[in-house]
Amino acid sequence: MTPLVIMGLAAGVMFGVGAIAALVRVIKGPSILDRALATDVLLAIAICGLGAEMAINRHTDTLVVLLVLALFAILGSIAIARFIGKEDAS
Amino acid sequence: MTASELGIGVLILLSGFLSMAAGIGVLRFPDVLTRLHAATKPQVLGLAVVLLAIVLRVPTWGVLSTVVLIMTFQLLTQPMTAHMLGRAAYRSDFVRRDLLIEDDLGRDIAEHEHDDAPDGSHEGREGDPAR
Repeated sequence: MTPLVIMGLAAGVMFGVGAIAALVRVIKGPSILDRALATDVLLAIAICGLGAEMAINRHTDTLVVLLVLALFAILGSIAIARFIGKEDAS
Repeated sequence: MTASELGIGVLILLSGFLSMAAGIGVLRFPDVLTRLHAATKPQVLGLAVVLLAIVLRVPTWGVLSTVVLIMTFQLLTQPMTAHMLGRAAYRSDFVRRDLLIEDDLGRDIAEHEHDDAPDGSHEGREGDPAR
């Protein structure tokens, strides 16, 4: 177990804490904008996790996945924010 | 363990810390605008340090160009997302107004609220001193 693997495990725990907190916010709401924002955060944490795994294991297999995720991360939040009405409480 | 491995480990730990801070901030802050402030941390700086770690670990031109593309797309699209979400939150009253220090958008809306009224065309109003 090299020091880099231990650092990666610590970073993985922190990624997990952040992802779980964002997931709790997705579940709790209270508005649809909070859910969209928390989903965005969850996706960003997933991108960071994929990148960290690539950096630790010294490969670039999922770099294209990162590119596509970075391209399409915008769509969900903007679609929700564009078409939200004043009466949508959840 | 070489110095570059140590640097890569520190970069990954920094990214993990930023992700954790964003998750906790999104969970604990009171309204959409403050959550927006917390949410942008892993999306920009966390991604930047992780991409730097990948480039340090696999230093080839192909990886570098892809990484620059990813970072460019994120920097182009994330401000747009934050802007749209903040605007929608303001318009649909998910903003805690007592926490706002300065309300520029509210002032602008109050100034221009007669401009795009459904019946009031601009030409008719200029000739009408009563309005």
